[in-house]
Amino acid sequence: MTAIDRSAPAAMAAEFGLTPIGRQPALKAYMQALWERRFFIWTFARSRIAAENAESRLGQLWQVLNPLLNAGVYYLVFGVILGQSKKIEHYIAFLLTGVFIFAFSSRTIMAGSRSISGNLGLVRALHFPRAVLPFANVIEELVKTGTSLIVLAVLVVLTGEAPTAQWLLLIPVILLQLMFSAGIALVFARLTAEIRDVAQFLPFALRIWMYLSGVMYLISDFVKHHDGHPIITILLEANPAAVYIQLARDALLNTAQTNTPVWNWYLAIAWAIVPLIGGFIFFWRAESRYGRG
Amino acid sequence: MAAAETQRVNPDSVGKPTVIVDDLYVTYRVMGPKPAGAKNDGASALSRLLTRKNAPGLREIKAIQGVTFVANHGDAIGIVGRNGSGKSTLLRAIAGLLPPEKGTVFTDCQPSLLGVNAALINSLSGEQNIVLGGLAMGMTPTQVRENFDSIVDFAGIGSFVELPMNAYSSGMSARLRFAIAASVSHDVLLIDEALATGDAEFRRKSEERIRALRDQAGTVFLVSHSLGVIRETCNRAIWLDAGAMKMDGDVNEVLDAYEAIVEK
Repeated sequence: MTAIDRSAPAAMAAEFGLTPIGRQPALKAYMQALWERRFFIWTFARSRIAAENAESRLGQLWQVLNPLLNAGVYYLVFGVILGQSKKIEHYIAFLLTGVFIFAFSSRTIMAGSRSISGNLGLVRALHFPRAVLPFANVIEELVKTGTSLIVLAVLVVLTGEAPTAQWLLLIPVILLQLMFSAGIALVFARLTAEIRDVAQFLPFALRIWMYLSGVMYLISDFVKHHDGHPIITILLEANPAAVYIQLARDALLNTAQTNTPVWNWYLAIAWAIVPLIGGFIFFWRAESRYGRG
Repeated sequence: MAAAETQRVNPDSVGKPTVIVDDLYVTYRVMGPKPAGAKNDGASALSRLLTRKNAPGLREIKAIQGVTFVANHGDAIGIVGRNGSGKSTLLRAIAGLLPPEKGTVFTDCQPSLLGVNAALINSLSGEQNIVLGGLAMGMTPTQVRENFDSIVDFAGIGSFVELPMNAYSSGMSARLRFAIAASVSHDVLLIDEALATGDAEFRRKSEERIRALRDQAGTVFLVSHSLGVIRETCNRAIWLDAGAMKMDGDVNEVLDAYEAIVEK
């Protein structure tokens, strides 16, 4: 071994075939590495749920209580005080479906936004594709939502809806909504990791989004009532939360207001695919920077 | 640089370079308490936003400032220095876990930090944590199953493995964490003060395990405040002072110089 030329470490690295560490991985290699970690994603999500349940007996219950209490408040404000319950058939089931379905997206996005900033210790200790963390959060929320959907089904039956074969349509709706929410969660995971203040602003953005998505009222009636241009109805109804809520109502309820045209499904698919791909690429592009102090 | 001349590695162990650190800078940005007199009302925050100035509480800590060295196959390098001199930061930067401000770390494989604490969840059982920790370190489920019994044996926690980790004594959980972390071998191994855990018997066992890991590994970096451990396990030492390299060379030479300063 000859003496080491310390003036040119980079040249020496090249000579011995060493590569710089912490460089941006290629997209294909990154996806492959992520796939290899699928058991970790699943175990991490399951472990966090188990830990939450072990830490508080009410933990699991709040998953259901929270949207229920919300629905109670909205029923009082929108249903009773603003009189929506007289305009919309089966208002309680209509409202519950909206609240539970919207909660799935908003919880997933909130959890995803904290996935890097809340796990900095882990990011700074072990190697793995960082997308493991937001995906683990998304899976965690999916599992929790599974429980609350059962509660929703029971409540909807209690309000007088009969379960039909149409209810099975809820499964593709949830899967498409999961893809959409995962994509947005990836975007906010990166944004929050880079700019902490995003975490403060996100709850307000989600709340405004909820009020614009027809969770507690019927968008077309609302716009008509305020003499809005029909284009506003189309824009509001095409927003992803409104699309998934509408499809879920179609599946669960059997009323006149909930028969939406088939293009709603095309929109649901587009809203699932485009944000997921875009969000994943957006997250991946900062891969080498997560964990910076 | 004075450090370059002191480089005198045992010729027998000199091999191919495995880690090259080239002019590395690592900076932490932290929000600290505001300096006295700094305004923090809405208007001044807005004006900072407009003039693109940093918030008054935002401080930069230059943890590593221009470190350059080459580690070879067969090297066991002890890193010494005062508290806050950048030892742990250097390890994390070598592992690629802390993106550098400037400079590059070149390696021929993925250096791994010995430690799994951050992945474990205290309210879960030992069993669940072994699986979780193993997967977090990149094992396949099959590898976790194969290693499971030896991890439990090594940690010596017996039937406690079924109980949540927050029911363990601090010694027991330290042993389990070490046993999980030390169950995989790596080409470039980075060890941060992992030796001083548990009772005398476990300490002997863990030192043995580290020695075995070191033999399997091509290159080892060890951060420890115990100079005895470094003298015993390393052939080379790097002395960091305020984020810069003060000395790099034969372990006894560096440690003698370090001790001479510290004891003063």
